[in-house]
Amino acid sequence: MSQQSGILQQGASEERGENARLASFVGAVAIADLVKSTLGPKGMDKILQSMGRGQSITVTNDGATILKSIYIDNPAAKVLVDISKVQDDEVGDGTTSVVVLAGELLREAEQLVNQKIHPMTIIAGFREACECARGVLESSAFSNQDDDVAFRKDLINIAKTTLSSKILTGDKEHFANLAVDAILRLKGSGNLEAIHIIKKPGGTLKESYLDEGYILDKKIGVGQPKRVENARILVANTAMDTDKIKIYGARVRVDSMAKVADIEAAEKDKMREKCNKILSHDISCFINRQLIYNFPEEIFADAGVMAIEHADFDGIENLALVLGGEIVSTFDDPAGVKLGSCKLIEEIMIGEDRLIHFSGVALGEACTIVLRGASSHILDEADRSLHDALCVLQATVKDSRVIYGGGYPEMKMAKAVEELAGRTPGKKSLAMEAFARALRALPATICDNAGLDSSEIVSNLRAAHGADPNSRMGIDVVKGEAGDVAELGIYEAFRVKLQILSSATEASEMILRVDDIITCKPRQRQ
Amino acid sequence: MSLVYDEYGRPFIIIKEQEKKSRIKGIEAVKASILAAKTVARTCRSSLGPKGMDKMLQSPDGDVTITNDGATILEMMEVENQIGKLLVELSKSQDHEIGDGTTGVVVLAGALLEHAEALLDMGIHPLRVAEGYEMACKVATDNLEKIKSTFEFSKDDIEPLIKTCMTTLSSKIVGRLKRHMAEICVKAVVAVADLDRRDVNLDLIKVEGKVGGTMEDTRLVEGIVIDKDFSHPQMPKELKDVKLAILTCPFEPPKPKTKHKVEIDTVEKFEELRKQEQKYFTDMVQLCKDSGAGLIICQWGFDDEANHLLMHEGLPAVRWVGGVEIELLAMATGGRIVPRFSELTPEKLGFAKSVTEISFGTTKDKMLVIEGCPNLKAVTIFVRGGNKMVLDEIKRSLHDAICVARNLVRDNSIIYGGGASEISCSLAVEAAAHEVVGDVQYAMRAFADALEAVPLALAENSGLPPIESLTAVRKRQMEENNPYLGIDCNDIGTNDMREQNVFETFLSKRQQLFLATQVCKMILKIDDVIKPSEYE
Repeated sequence: MSQQSGILQQGASEERGENARLASFVGAVAIADLVKSTLGPKGMDKILQSMGRGQSITVTNDGATILKSIYIDNPAAKVLVDISKVQDDEVGDGTTSVVVLAGELLREAEQLVNQKIHPMTIIAGFREACECARGVLESSAFSNQDDDVAFRKDLINIAKTTLSSKILTGDKEHFANLAVDAILRLKGSGNLEAIHIIKKPGGTLKESYLDEGYILDKKIGVGQPKRVENARILVANTAMDTDKIKIYGARVRVDSMAKVADIEAAEKDKMREKCNKILSHDISCFINRQLIYNFPEEIFADAGVMAIEHADFDGIENLALVLGGEIVSTFDDPAGVKLGSCKLIEEIMIGEDRLIHFSGVALGEACTIVLRGASSHILDEADRSLHDALCVLQATVKDSRVIYGGGYPEMKMAKAVEELAGRTPGKKSLAMEAFARALRALPATICDNAGLDSSEIVSNLRAAHGADPNSRMGIDVVKGEAGDVAELGIYEAFRVKLQILSSATEASEMILRVDDIITCKPRQRQ
Repeated sequence: MSLVYDEYGRPFIIIKEQEKKSRIKGIEAVKASILAAKTVARTCRSSLGPKGMDKMLQSPDGDVTITNDGATILEMMEVENQIGKLLVELSKSQDHEIGDGTTGVVVLAGALLEHAEALLDMGIHPLRVAEGYEMACKVATDNLEKIKSTFEFSKDDIEPLIKTCMTTLSSKIVGRLKRHMAEICVKAVVAVADLDRRDVNLDLIKVEGKVGGTMEDTRLVEGIVIDKDFSHPQMPKELKDVKLAILTCPFEPPKPKTKHKVEIDTVEKFEELRKQEQKYFTDMVQLCKDSGAGLIICQWGFDDEANHLLMHEGLPAVRWVGGVEIELLAMATGGRIVPRFSELTPEKLGFAKSVTEISFGTTKDKMLVIEGCPNLKAVTIFVRGGNKMVLDEIKRSLHDAICVARNLVRDNSIIYGGGASEISCSLAVEAAAHEVVGDVQYAMRAFADALEAVPLALAENSGLPPIESLTAVRKRQMEENNPYLGIDCNDIGTNDMREQNVFETFLSKRQQLFLATQVCKMILKIDDVIKPSEYE
């Protein structure tokens, strides 16, 4: 396969022309096949075992998570992994679909290349087909933005569609409502940080709930009030152990024990003074990002102030956001500091753990979702699924266009692309037909994964769309036949679909353009 | 290694440890060099032209790069052969000098060497070949001067520039959006160009990218984009009409370079030190506040306390801004870079109409966009793309296009692409060759043949029958004496490059010819390669 051209370093290899193309097709298609079986409502999960110590296990059917965790050597496969990662970052869902579509496009392209069609011609065809498909997608999307009730129904349908392929499918109604409630509370700000997800093993998935306040997984200091009403909260980021002297080169040098004691006392005084300054803000709760040592904790306890230590970085930012206060690091100006407030702080029990619950917070946008489940693996997967759903919903709130799911858009796009191919002269039309076939492979895969007769259903769908241009037929996975997706309530976010289409086309174009792979000598690692 | 004997018949050593070294001499050495150079050139050949293919390169760490930029390919191939390295350097110098045509120059050098090999087989001395090439190169560049055309553009009429950039971009992955991208590049160049001095400082154009979105979202920001966010999460996300203080000193107590010790032996001193420290922080913030600044850009970090003080005083701040960005910011906003708090004065502040923090996607990626600076001479091209590899490739393509636009601002002469200029030069060189007597004539004819390698490769990559299309164009150029005929790569139906709007800059083409000829001469002059054998 690889020939030594004599000019590269030893250990490097170069593959040219057909070989290079073969290597990239094989790699990309292999990756697509790997995640293919997780697609759709009846998709299967994968177990991923990490190589590190402890060999921790992840069970998931989230495409991006699977691809992120596997070690890949084939450069073309890496391109696909990358698009799935970007899909995750950008819209959060559709990470499997994008890889499967790119894989199918390349599989079709491989056959065209074998028929001696130049890759550039294929690319030209793909580009035009993608443009056409995008037009269809845009025209078949619709928006219910102005009608709150209908929009909420759309959102719930979208959430249900997303969740139906995940572990939460059993309780999708419950979780769809939960996710939509959480997103609607954000009031369009789209800041997912305000939704806090807490995972606690125990109970069943059904017992997960949305809490309208904020729950912090921390403990209240010893001897301090466990319940504060109408709290005034100071959120701080300051050292509460000993204040270090920041002036460089300073050091203490004493000549007697007594003086050491003096300085220690001075230090203590300094801390007491700091605590008093904090207390002078007239607060009933003090939350610090860093540790609070026993000594200041005692002072706070004496003053009857609740002190919460070690709220980590994200925690403190979220808290500040939720409670509406500033993050404070100096305490000389009590009047100028904006304090956070909430109606009630109390300690609550979830399972066996004690957590701190803030309710009646100023910023009504924030909320916490408490996930319960039998094991940490289930919880992790539930978290990922819910995250996907939230991302999709957020994308929909930003761009309210929705589109039917269940293979409906793919069938519609395939039809339009095929019609375009019929009108296009030249070899490009072959590439367009291939594009249409690749699009149809997505519904076929969904059927295959559900154990249905994919050829039968997809051809039925095709006939239905051919007979009636306004047909809304898609796959009804439950009944195992073609059905009206509008009635079934299978909705997807327009942005997600669009991103899938354009990323997959871009990636396949990129791989098709390659005619030479040069692999450098792997770096020696000690 | 040959043995040498002194007058007493004893063998002696010329090169230290010569038995461990391999050595090739004479014509063999030249041929070995040519072979290596040809191999490198062959790798680049298929990337030439609008229908050129890409190369996938996997780095030693496993990162993947996909590109068809000649300089990038050669650089990342990690060529080990010495002659191969010469070609890598060749394309790099074309990249540095011109920024475009990096593939073409390597293909040309490869072809020149290939034809030289045939001459060497005929028994012509390498130096004679080199001489002939030199003369031919002169004829060719003179011919370029003759066929070049100048075109006019101004700040308002940038259409010709856009068209030229489109030629460059058509061979890249952004080919689909070449119009959009070319407009961005040209606008960027025109914005920073000094049209009177005919100079463009490319440092003023920054290309920043973020994965995600589509290529269509790529846009030109008339200002600066920094990949940073405000230091405190609760600082305002949008500022209007703001004065910037640009600092290169940290918000920290002073750290003298000289070794020193502050000794504390009493409680009073301890207290005093503490007070001093606190005062220092408030003083720093106060100095900034007093100068009237509304935004602090700091090259260094500052700790939580300083951060909160700034926040408290309503002074948004950005920390850890890199040196290059600091300079750009200073240039754009008209501010001065201030190295000490005590030197901060109102007139040293910069100004911007708006500073906004924008966030992307579902992750917490944030960037600062600074727009409406008084000195509009700094712009940023903000690139979006489906994945990291696409993004990097777009950035490289834009860089090429920007360089082309810059070259046109420097020298507004163009020549027509699509192999038209090469064919024309080839004809000119051939005609000149007939007037020379001796081996040099052969060398010049070989040069003329080698020039045709570029249109040949173009036709081949475009899926046209190479020899047929080349000879057809050649014939027409001869008959019609029309140097604007080239290979119809895009299958438009005309060979006239003026109609197809395929230009290249004159500077770039001339540089290609010069550089390729020079490298050939250098390689031809090598007659002895000594290298240590493989290490044990």
